[in-house]
Amino acid sequence: MELSIIFLPLIASIISGFFGKYIGDRNSEIVTSLLVSISALLSIFVLYQVIVNQYEENIVIATWISSGSLDVNWSMLIDPLSAVMLVVVTSVSALVHIYSIGYMSHDPHKPRFMAYLSLFTFAMLMLVTSDNFIQLFFGWEGVGLCSYFLIGFWFKKESANAAAIKAFVVNRVGDFGFALGIFLIFYLFGTVNYSEVFQQIPTVVDKNLSFLGFEVKAIDLICLLLFIGAMGKSAQILLHTWLPDAMEGPTPVSALIHAATMVTAGVFLVVRCSPIYEYSPLILNFITIVGMTTAFFAATVALVQTDIKKIIAYSTCSQLGYMFFAAGVGAYNVAMFHLFTHAFFKALLFLGSGSVIHAFKDEQNINNMGGVWKKLPYTYALMIIGTLALTGFPFLSGFYSKDAIIEFAYLKGNTTGYYAAGIGIITAFLTSIYSWRLIFKTFHGDYNNKEVKIEETHESPLVMLVPLFILSIGAVFAGFLFKGLFIGHGDNLFWAESIKFLEPLSTEHPPLWFLLLTPCLVLVSIPIAYYLFVKNKELPNSIVSINKPLYNFLVNKWYFDELYDVLFIKSSKKLGLFLWKFCDGTIIDGFGPDGISSFIKKCSIKATKFQSGFIYQYAFVMLLGFSALLTFLIVK
Amino acid sequence: MIDIGLGHYLTLGAVIFSIGVIGIFLNRKNIIVILMSIELILLAVNINLVAFSIYLGDLAGQVFTLFILTVAAAEAAIGLAIIVVYFRNSGTIRVEEIDKLKG
Repeated sequence: MELSIIFLPLIASIISGFFGKYIGDRNSEIVTSLLVSISALLSIFVLYQVIVNQYEENIVIATWISSGSLDVNWSMLIDPLSAVMLVVVTSVSALVHIYSIGYMSHDPHKPRFMAYLSLFTFAMLMLVTSDNFIQLFFGWEGVGLCSYFLIGFWFKKESANAAAIKAFVVNRVGDFGFALGIFLIFYLFGTVNYSEVFQQIPTVVDKNLSFLGFEVKAIDLICLLLFIGAMGKSAQILLHTWLPDAMEGPTPVSALIHAATMVTAGVFLVVRCSPIYEYSPLILNFITIVGMTTAFFAATVALVQTDIKKIIAYSTCSQLGYMFFAAGVGAYNVAMFHLFTHAFFKALLFLGSGSVIHAFKDEQNINNMGGVWKKLPYTYALMIIGTLALTGFPFLSGFYSKDAIIEFAYLKGNTTGYYAAGIGIITAFLTSIYSWRLIFKTFHGDYNNKEVKIEETHESPLVMLVPLFILSIGAVFAGFLFKGLFIGHGDNLFWAESIKFLEPLSTEHPPLWFLLLTPCLVLVSIPIAYYLFVKNKELPNSIVSINKPLYNFLVNKWYFDELYDVLFIKSSKKLGLFLWKFCDGTIIDGFGPDGISSFIKKCSIKATKFQSGFIYQYAFVMLLGFSALLTFLIVK
Repeated sequence: MIDIGLGHYLTLGAVIFSIGVIGIFLNRKNIIVILMSIELILLAVNINLVAFSIYLGDLAGQVFTLFILTVAAAEAAIGLAIIVVYFRNSGTIRVEEIDKLKG
């Protein structure tokens, strides 16, 4: 039964991908949605088993690599951590499958799309249920590949192709670090299986390695390299540039891959490796700093973006930052909790925005929307729920998880912890502002679209609204229901061995004013945003014109793309051109195939001149030959 | 007066032979000239044969010469006939224009 959770999506993908032509669009949609939904129900059952019966198992499917001391199995590890991920992945995936039936109804390549979605689900499940680093890496690359396919799904759009390649290349940078990390683990421990590696960790705590001429602690290096991989996948600052561009893909993809599941793989990796990270306070601090920088950076950029999907993409980036600094301060369970709740409300927001985009016939600029809340009542209500949950409105899911992150950062009690808590609060405020800006600009104010008349905007079909509705239930109740289980004070009972805490988390409570600060800011931000973006629209414009440089800085996303363009892209393009034109073209081709062929051509042109057809020339040659032969014989 | 010996005959033969050879490949005009040059070469050979025959006192060389003359006459007749036929077919016997061997 457990195995069918993993393999149903694969079967669905094969059926839809290879036989989609024969069974038709409708059937491939039904088959994929059905099989993935079954898989989702089964994983909910597994999670239930894990919660109630402390069910844990490592099911070995087959031996993959057995070479020397390297033993790698295909396996399915079921423990609390992977059970939670199973539910997140399969349930969001199933809802996205169903939603796609409506959203992609005008697309000519439905079976291909569904096949990619299912294949992605399969790869993600391989990733989360692995019991060793190699299978993890397989899933890791598999989801990256599917992400590439799906970002570039509309392959006729040049920008989509460029975004797909960008996502792939930026992820390669992270994956390079990740692969090095795995090599190092194998080098140090002689195995890549989690359980064996984690057992041996205490033995290498004091070991030093020389890396690039520096003497570093082996464990710090492992953690850093693994974290670089996580940064790439989870779009943390410096390696985040691909995520906003990835919004070129269809919206269901953004919801599934670039919000709820794939991008959280980095967080999952850090949490999964908590037995390693616990021994490396240095890298944990580094993770905290990267996480909070990303959270803050992405929130500021989201403030000024005008593309509805890019705003949510930066929001995702920012929330991933939260998860990382939760992990960085050692509250892995809180990071997982936020991952869990975030999956629901972020998928809800993305699918909701997809519904809006659908209503406006593929318009994504929020400046060209507005005033349609009466026309799209369900989408509007559901988006509001998603926004409330995201901003951490009291008693919705984001409230429990995000505030817990800020609290634990505060309770950490060291400098980075306080910084992180402070930045977390500021970011929560910014999050609230940009989220409400999105809502108000999209649904309130005047109708601004010139291409589509307001009468033509229409509510989405039921097949799109039902998944939204289910997700909104998750967005509202997931925090409240699972709080005790995930981060309650008896939490180690649930997570058991899957998350390791060297020292138990602090059970104190931060002061009351601190607890009230974030919700108050969140509440206050709603009228502020309403005033700024609906009542007094001149004010934001005048703020912009006063702070023009700052505004440009934010609109251009802190100039990261431009910086990378100058630093890496231009120089590597030059290098590539040099290698292509000079090394390959001039030297290799010049002396290699092209050179030889042109030499032979020249020789044969010369040789054809011998065959003139003139008798006297032939006679002359004969004579020369004859005399040469004669001379030779005489002299000899 | 100098004595005319074997060397002189052989020199004459060599000169005629060379004229014949050079005639074959320096000639740009006419295929009949090539035919004539071949005759010259044969004559040079005949002179050599006769000269050696006298020098060695062996008649065989002169007999050979007679045979060669006969053959040369026949060959000239056939060669001319070929040239006539060729001229009928292609309208020219200019050496520069005969390059059908080129294919």
